[in-house]
Amino acid sequence: MEKRLKVIEKDDVVVRFSGDSGDGMQLTGTLFSTTSALFGHDISTFPDYPSEIRAPQGTVGGVSGFQVHIGHKQVNTPGDYADVLVAMNPAAVRANARYLAKGSTIIYDSDSFTEKQILRAGYKSDPFIEDKLDGMHLIAAPITTLVKEVLKDTELDPKSILRTKNMFALGMVYWLFDSKLKYTEDFIEEKFGKKPLMAEANSKVLRAGYYYAETIQAIAPSYRVSPANIEKGTYRNINGNQATSWGLLAAAEKAGLKLFIGSYPITPATGILEELALRKDLGAKSLQAEDEIAGICSAIGASFAGSLAVTSTSGPGFALKSEALNLAVMTELPLVVINVQRGGPSTGLPTKTEQADLWQALYGRNGESPVVVMAAGTPSDCFHYAFRAAKIAIEYMTPVVLLTDSYLANGSEPWKIPSMSDMPSIKVPWAEKTETEYLPYERDPVKHSRKWAVPGMAGLEHRIGGLEKTIRGSVSYTPENHEYMVKIRNEKVEAVVAEVPDLKVTGADNGDLLVIGWGSSHGHVVTAVTELQEEGYNVSAVNFNYIRPLPKNTAQVFEGFKKLVVCELNLGQFANYLRIKHQKFTYHQYNKVQGLPFTVKEIKEYCIKLLEEK
Amino acid sequence: MTETTTHENHYVAKDFKSDQEVRWCPGCGDHGILASLQKVLAELDIPKEKYVFVSGIGCSSRLPYYMNTYGFHGIHGRAAPIATGIKIANPDLMVWMMTGDGDALAIGGNHFIHAIRRNIDIKIILFNNEIYGLTKGQYSPTSKKGLVTKTSPYGTIEEPFRIGELTIGASGRFFARTVDYNLQLSNEVYKETALFNGTAVVEVIQNCVIFNDGAHDLITNKETRDDNTLVLRHGEPMIFGKNRDKGITLENLKLKVIKFGENGYTEKDVLVHDAHEPNPGIHYRLAGMHLPEYPVALGVIRSIRDHTYDEAMRDQHVRIQEASKIKSVDELLHSGATWKK
Repeated sequence: MEKRLKVIEKDDVVVRFSGDSGDGMQLTGTLFSTTSALFGHDISTFPDYPSEIRAPQGTVGGVSGFQVHIGHKQVNTPGDYADVLVAMNPAAVRANARYLAKGSTIIYDSDSFTEKQILRAGYKSDPFIEDKLDGMHLIAAPITTLVKEVLKDTELDPKSILRTKNMFALGMVYWLFDSKLKYTEDFIEEKFGKKPLMAEANSKVLRAGYYYAETIQAIAPSYRVSPANIEKGTYRNINGNQATSWGLLAAAEKAGLKLFIGSYPITPATGILEELALRKDLGAKSLQAEDEIAGICSAIGASFAGSLAVTSTSGPGFALKSEALNLAVMTELPLVVINVQRGGPSTGLPTKTEQADLWQALYGRNGESPVVVMAAGTPSDCFHYAFRAAKIAIEYMTPVVLLTDSYLANGSEPWKIPSMSDMPSIKVPWAEKTETEYLPYERDPVKHSRKWAVPGMAGLEHRIGGLEKTIRGSVSYTPENHEYMVKIRNEKVEAVVAEVPDLKVTGADNGDLLVIGWGSSHGHVVTAVTELQEEGYNVSAVNFNYIRPLPKNTAQVFEGFKKLVVCELNLGQFANYLRIKHQKFTYHQYNKVQGLPFTVKEIKEYCIKLLEEK
Repeated sequence: MTETTTHENHYVAKDFKSDQEVRWCPGCGDHGILASLQKVLAELDIPKEKYVFVSGIGCSSRLPYYMNTYGFHGIHGRAAPIATGIKIANPDLMVWMMTGDGDALAIGGNHFIHAIRRNIDIKIILFNNEIYGLTKGQYSPTSKKGLVTKTSPYGTIEEPFRIGELTIGASGRFFARTVDYNLQLSNEVYKETALFNGTAVVEVIQNCVIFNDGAHDLITNKETRDDNTLVLRHGEPMIFGKNRDKGITLENLKLKVIKFGENGYTEKDVLVHDAHEPNPGIHYRLAGMHLPEYPVALGVIRSIRDHTYDEAMRDQHVRIQEASKIKSVDELLHSGATWKK
């Protein structure tokens, strides 16, 4: 290996790839992440892209980014600030200037810094001076010119040639991190197997980028991050939507049921439908329904017929599903509804993250409508919570809403692959033909769940539906019966508490401040609190994955702390829910609704301020 | 799980009556539909547990409660996707969908056309009384233009849907029409519907005695019905009328009513019904015939055997499962790029 002039050893580094939405930044980021993960880094990624497929070129609104955090130690977030920024145009610099760490490296395509492009990005003269970035390590690479030069002998058309620019940038970053090119070369070969010209061009440009960086190394520092010391096992990279889909497949296999998904495409949830549509090899049946309502209704039909039924959506689609979700509440059928939250209300911010559908999940339906509500915490544990959601839905004969969000759905991290033999069993409450008549709403004395009789089972024919019923399944408007049924449906959902593990506190059980997160707040809350602890503060953290019902030890944990603060990406929905459920505590709130995840820095700053207040 | 005992099914209509008291108004056409369906099911050699009756909301949609089979009373307009989910989950079931003109064509219009487009094996019985009954008398998407109702006190200003045209327009492979209390014709039609494979739509001309009584009088009363309806049977000439002296012919690309002996027309000029002709042209015209120019066509107007959605899904699953290396979730989790620590 060539001798390197300047090497920075770090525990963790954050890299951000940024360009026009057609520049291939998501792919570039994904390839870099996987290469790092294969090397043994712990990683966490976060793509940030506009909802337009090809937003106006060169504008800040059209910038597509992909951030990767690689670490020698455990990495819980994609990182607040980038140490390395790859900027394909001036707009990418403008969009990311405030997310850069001190002394960071900016690699940019100097060919795209024309006067026109600079003006289009909203700058007047020199972007780096205007945004006070001139103190950073700036690496100006004429990427467009170099790519054209490298591929001057190819038969590819000019458009295809320019499309390889991302590979040049990626090659440069690989040199910066002394990474191997093999994984990316294998990927290129597989992806362009049928287009040898494209495969050759991409590989050539990737290598050219790598060698170019080597040639100019005198002006740039390179980074070394040792492999992370993580638990032994077989690992893979996984994002939240994939993990959710696979968790459902695992639950179906464990329960001995066929998986059915009825969904309608909606950002950022579509990946779940796409993934399960692929899995016909495992018997998963998927229906791309004509609308959101048909998606959930087909799932309810499939559940009535004995499948593990799922519908996936995001906020606006979840709103459309409300009435049908109540049909599943009333008919007491197992159903998993996944809401991959995005910025709302209305169409809102389709590609951005938010946690503002919590009340919608808890309360957004007519009548007394209890459902189990859960929330996954990291991209990979979507697998675990999707599995648990299905297990609870089946064993308690109830709809379960699983909340994830854009941040989890698109973010990825290494995941230790579990063995199916280690997954808990799922016991399906089948009805059986006995001497006595099958009563559709006869209940288990503890779980309050009813038995599941499905069409095809002889002698168990029955009718259910949205009207209030007696235990026999007959329509009834009797006042006492209705009240009894309302209460028992509620008690059934409350009984799910038996499945909910106790809250685990990160840090001591007593202290000055407990930082409370739920769902995807996990990474940022835990990282902020761990850093505060290292700095000597008497702070602990908990993160809720079960919202309804709440863990049994919730009040007991809260009692150990002088102050409580709830961090969430909304205006305080979980804090207010806790105020109803556990009234004796005072809750501070730290809220953010910018379509972005928290940063560790802002949580820490808020906590320190709160600790200083009397 | 869905194993059924094989037995000789000697059912009688009574075996399909549930213990629920039938709550439709006395004289309602729905009673006729229920009786006819129960009779037809008893004649089929299918175990009772394989039937599922699914419905939406409205008077029609109460029917599943009265059938002693598996039944699912859904929500307004959504019977089609519920039925679709049931059929996909277990293609061995025979899925019937009970719906009305409001349920299927207004709030559920989208689901209705997409079920038909997919050609999933669901038998849709659409009770058409041209009115909202359960909400006590508002106009529906099939109400005749000008109808005075509670929400159209000065008469409707909307054109109605013609269910047959809509069905065939959505690439429907099976469309039939019958009359609630014409039990003989209904039995015939429902039986063909049961045996058909694919999305079948049956429009039942049904009388709401309370809110739209007599809406179909011209095609149902004994005096006028034979002159105002044409009963179609595959392979038979299109002859109708009290005296069997009228027929349908094709002239200048249009259907035309002819009277034998007038203007030189004879029985030989009459079209012969071919329900199995894949080209929908004539079926579309037959389904769209309406008074006063034409008689209303009854019977099975169109019946085309085509690949169904459930068959296509099964075929795709078999093909993918044979080709894929992934046979279990464990294998899936280890597929693609992995590394050991």
